[in-house]
Amino acid sequence: MKTKLATMALSALMAAGPAVADLVIPDLSYRTGPYAAGGIPFSDGYNDYFTLLNERDGGIGGVPVRMVECETGYNTEKGVECYEATKGEGALVYQPLSTGITYQLIPKVTADGIPLHTMGYGRTSAKNGDVFSHTFNYPANYWDGASGAVNYLLEENGGDLSGKKIALVYHNSAYGKEPIRTLEELSKKHGFELAALPVDHPGQEQKSQWLQIRRDKPDYVLMWGWGVMNQVAVQEAANIRFPMENFIGIWWSGSENDVLPAGEAANGYKALTFHNVGTDFPVFDDLQKHVVDAGKAAGAGDQVGTVLYNRGLYAAVLAAEAIKKAQEISGNAEITPADMRDGMEALEMSEAKMAELGLPNFGPTFSVSCENHGGDALVGVTQWDAANKTWTLISDFKATDGDVIGSLIDEDSAAYAAENKIESRCN
Amino acid sequence: MFYREAGDFKTSYTDDSQTFPIKFDRYRYYVVLAVAFGIIPFIINDYWANALLLPFLIYAIAAIGLNILVGYCGQVSLGTGGFMAVGAYACYKLMTAFPDVSMFIHVLLAGGITAVVGVLFGLPSLRIKGFYLAVATLAAQFFLVWLFNRVPWFYNYSASGQINAPERDVFGIIITGPNAPAWATYLFCLIFLALCAVLARNLTRGTTGRTWMAIRDMDIAAEIIGVNPLKAKLTAFAVSSFFVGIAGALFFAVYLGAVEVGEVFGIQKSFLVLFMVIIGGLGSIFGSFAGAAFLVLLPVVLKVVGVDVLGWPTDIVAHLQLVIVGALIVMFLILEPHGLAQLWRVAKEKLRLWPFPH
Repeated sequence: MKTKLATMALSALMAAGPAVADLVIPDLSYRTGPYAAGGIPFSDGYNDYFTLLNERDGGIGGVPVRMVECETGYNTEKGVECYEATKGEGALVYQPLSTGITYQLIPKVTADGIPLHTMGYGRTSAKNGDVFSHTFNYPANYWDGASGAVNYLLEENGGDLSGKKIALVYHNSAYGKEPIRTLEELSKKHGFELAALPVDHPGQEQKSQWLQIRRDKPDYVLMWGWGVMNQVAVQEAANIRFPMENFIGIWWSGSENDVLPAGEAANGYKALTFHNVGTDFPVFDDLQKHVVDAGKAAGAGDQVGTVLYNRGLYAAVLAAEAIKKAQEISGNAEITPADMRDGMEALEMSEAKMAELGLPNFGPTFSVSCENHGGDALVGVTQWDAANKTWTLISDFKATDGDVIGSLIDEDSAAYAAENKIESRCN
Repeated sequence: MFYREAGDFKTSYTDDSQTFPIKFDRYRYYVVLAVAFGIIPFIINDYWANALLLPFLIYAIAAIGLNILVGYCGQVSLGTGGFMAVGAYACYKLMTAFPDVSMFIHVLLAGGITAVVGVLFGLPSLRIKGFYLAVATLAAQFFLVWLFNRVPWFYNYSASGQINAPERDVFGIIITGPNAPAWATYLFCLIFLALCAVLARNLTRGTTGRTWMAIRDMDIAAEIIGVNPLKAKLTAFAVSSFFVGIAGALFFAVYLGAVEVGEVFGIQKSFLVLFMVIIGGLGSIFGSFAGAAFLVLLPVVLKVVGVDVLGWPTDIVAHLQLVIVGALIVMFLILEPHGLAQLWRVAKEKLRLWPFPH
């Protein structure tokens, strides 16, 4: 068995051809399992943008990008296997799109010196780059999401939420539990009442939670859901006739997959976001021309322009920009993971740069530094229009409550640093 | 020709009752041990350790544990995932409370704590049997997972409810955490597996094992000939949970490093270990190894062949993997209901007669 495996691995290596220097980007995707509806569009967008760079520009800085896809099924054990299988190929950056896998990889990537980018998920306190040297979570994290939702509600209510009731429906996992601490702090600060309702994996069974919502009649419902849980929640909310405009999901609960099954009833549902929606950007013309029409699109090629496709695309854009920055800093076109980390830490996304990439006003502007691996935490709100089947940005990217979040991040990362004996490295 | 009893004379009862009475078998066993302890640690790398060998070793411990309960004592259990979670959380609490104590002691204590919990959930087995007991252990599975998700004390009040293994060592060699060398984690798990396997083998050959098997075959008859069902059933639960607890502790501390109870120790884990036991062979220590190897290695081999060699899309390979593993399980159960261990037994019988079968 073992020799067989070894020969297979060897022949696989030889089949991959002569060792052409290229930029290796592993894609830990999940196209199977209960979370595939979210995993497929993200992975398609992530792949397609790098294909576009290869086809249109011949790679980044003249070096082609090689994608190595590995199926995790949103399962931590398979995630570990994928990480070990791909890290030896010179992987530049990991984006596992799973909070569970992220927790596993944070210590591993730090030991192996490979950067990890968890865009809008993962461990929130990784924003503190002083402690988490190889983990990045720009441009926004869960606690920004929680605060962004509360800020939006404050705006709706003329700056006063006292006496209001807010319910949080969350996936009962590390991912879903992340915002609770922030929301508790914010409820103290703004005087609203918080009720947390856990939903167990995979989230198809939510009758009792929504019964409780119908009984308690909260003014607003926030949701931290993923996969099939989102659709069920939107449907259940429609069943109890909860007003959709008072129902706000995190960015992982705000894609087409989540609202289409409920049909007309989902009209007005809101979701947070840290990037723009739709295909009204010049880069999509290039994508159509060089990737989709050329038959090189990843997957079935039918996801272009969906919310999660755009997020995968945005993740690829940020990775590509970090590679450019790394090439600029190191002076080499063929960079190492260590160069990549430095590039990510020096990343700056300005409005001019986004426009130059064909993505004007697509995402918030931010910059990364040694202390701040989380960007500037700007969060917007989108709303679903069931008649036209489109999401629209109804509130532009706005700042979140840095005081509350900052102190929570300091507390959590200090605990991690003490537990793992990490010394301060930014001066 | 090579594999025969003829000419292999025993001059004492001890020789006659040893684990591997046939010389060839015994040497094969020594060779396996020599390769596992003497060669693999020198050639192992991160991929081999973390993707293949660690899960194999740890699942083998869990399968041996469950095999004692299901295969030897006949008490069906669906609570393996929950008991592994007890081992993992016990190990986590011990690791964080006593950072200077050796990991060996932590893992053993975690096994001991799991044994106590296992006995507690084994009490209903004195009154209920078969499917009803399976339901009772299913309750243990859900209750334990719920408990570890619900009570913050178990995960030291961390924001996400996850537990993370801090860096701990044995005699100065790092065993847990990201900086642990592959050979050290491998050897650590291998030592536990070897100890567990020897212990299980000898327990099942002695009085304890015979009382378990008597209870399995017919509990009323066993009671009439003087087997104490209380003692037999509860020792089976204790020993089984001890092994499963060790497996859970290693799974969390050495293999994964970070655990979220609902995902890692859910009901799927219980079924997976049960499948290993059934496919490997009920009531056989070798079967536990074979079953664990089959269910850990086969998906990886299929993935390597499909994605790396043939270059197929990852999602198609992942789906095919489910189909092939599922089909093989059904095929095995139809063609050889007694599992891989029975295939091995038949092969040995044939080898004894080869090349002159009558």
